[in-house]
Amino acid sequence: MQECRIAAEKLACRRGDRVLFSDLDFALSPGDALQIVGSNGIGKSSLLRILAGLMRPFMGHVSRAGAIGLIDERAALDPDLPLGKALALWQRIDGPVDNELARLGLAGLLDVPVRYLSTGQTKRAALARLLGQGAPVWLLDEPLNGLDTDAVDLVATLVAEHCRAGGICVIASHQPFDLPGLQRLALMDFAV
Amino acid sequence: MTGRLGALLRRDLARLLLGGRRGGAILPILFFLAVAMIYPFAVGPDAPLLARTGGGVIWVAALLAAILPLDRLIEPDIELGFFDQWALRGISEEWTVSVRILAHWLSFGPPLMLAALPAAALLGLDGDTIGLVELGLLAGTPGLAALGVMVAALTAGLRGGAALSGMLVIPLAVPLLIFGAGSLSTGGNAGIALTAACSLVLLAIAPFAAGAAIRAARD
Repeated sequence: MQECRIAAEKLACRRGDRVLFSDLDFALSPGDALQIVGSNGIGKSSLLRILAGLMRPFMGHVSRAGAIGLIDERAALDPDLPLGKALALWQRIDGPVDNELARLGLAGLLDVPVRYLSTGQTKRAALARLLGQGAPVWLLDEPLNGLDTDAVDLVATLVAEHCRAGGICVIASHQPFDLPGLQRLALMDFAV
Repeated sequence: MTGRLGALLRRDLARLLLGGRRGGAILPILFFLAVAMIYPFAVGPDAPLLARTGGGVIWVAALLAAILPLDRLIEPDIELGFFDQWALRGISEEWTVSVRILAHWLSFGPPLMLAALPAAALLGLDGDTIGLVELGLLAGTPGLAALGVMVAALTAGLRGGAALSGMLVIPLAVPLLIFGAGSLSTGGNAGIALTAACSLVLLAIAPFAAGAAIRAARD
């Protein structure tokens, strides 16, 4: 796995007139997993988007090395296409990395248009997109939403395997996440 | 990078030509033909008048048809998270928008030039005029495509974005219309050349303006 690292320095985030959090510092090196916890609206998703480089921080700086894979509430799959073809777009862009369809329980759904998939199935499809990307840094925004208990365990296993292989994972979720060695960051400690 | 852009172009073309539930490339073309068809009903069966004004009607119809697909050019992909995922993979908005302009033109320009032939027949245009209209459309539709994608990106996520983008495209497309339709009355190639120049300016600006708009929409 390619060299990876992600660190936040004195990070602050502003939405509208409100500063959500400030003076946030952390550094993650290969093998680290971090869960960001906090109540709704405290800025978990914003923090992930800042870490991904999709949003500018109000203050502070993010340094990152290695490609970034992001899962949020949008699957980035064409709703009109069958799942197989929708994922094929990402395989053409990301290269032939195994996206473990069978393990995610998607092998039988490849002919189903994405818009007919349930919430949980769409989430699994987004996970397949993430696995196929082969990015060393995973940013997962509420990855457990809509998943059944089997799939919740599967996500924990996938994250554990990813970190064991030298990847980094940042999870924003208010749900408990069962993973040995998981660091926790309570965002309310940095709230303004 | 080329392979990735090729994959994007294939997807954009499939989406814009077939369109899924949002209707594909055929709807603007049918609309264009419908406008050309109702014009003789409105002004009456005066053949010289139709032949004299028909070229301009084709241009107006083309401009109106270019407005129809605007709401599905950029906004759906922002809502679905595609632009974010491409940005994470190092494919900048400028590239994705350039590919989108090319795909939009391919799904819109050549079909429109083809549909201009039956439209010209309906209006009774002579051979020389048809040739000028086709040349003008060849020079003008790339600009219309670039303008459409740029305006679609600027209005993405706004309330009433579809109506607003129509209001923005029409004034910005006036130079194309003046030179393109103007070449019909002067009969010269100067108008066509100026239409092509307007198209080139729009093609040069659009990827950067649209890319900046998509990035600004993230905050």
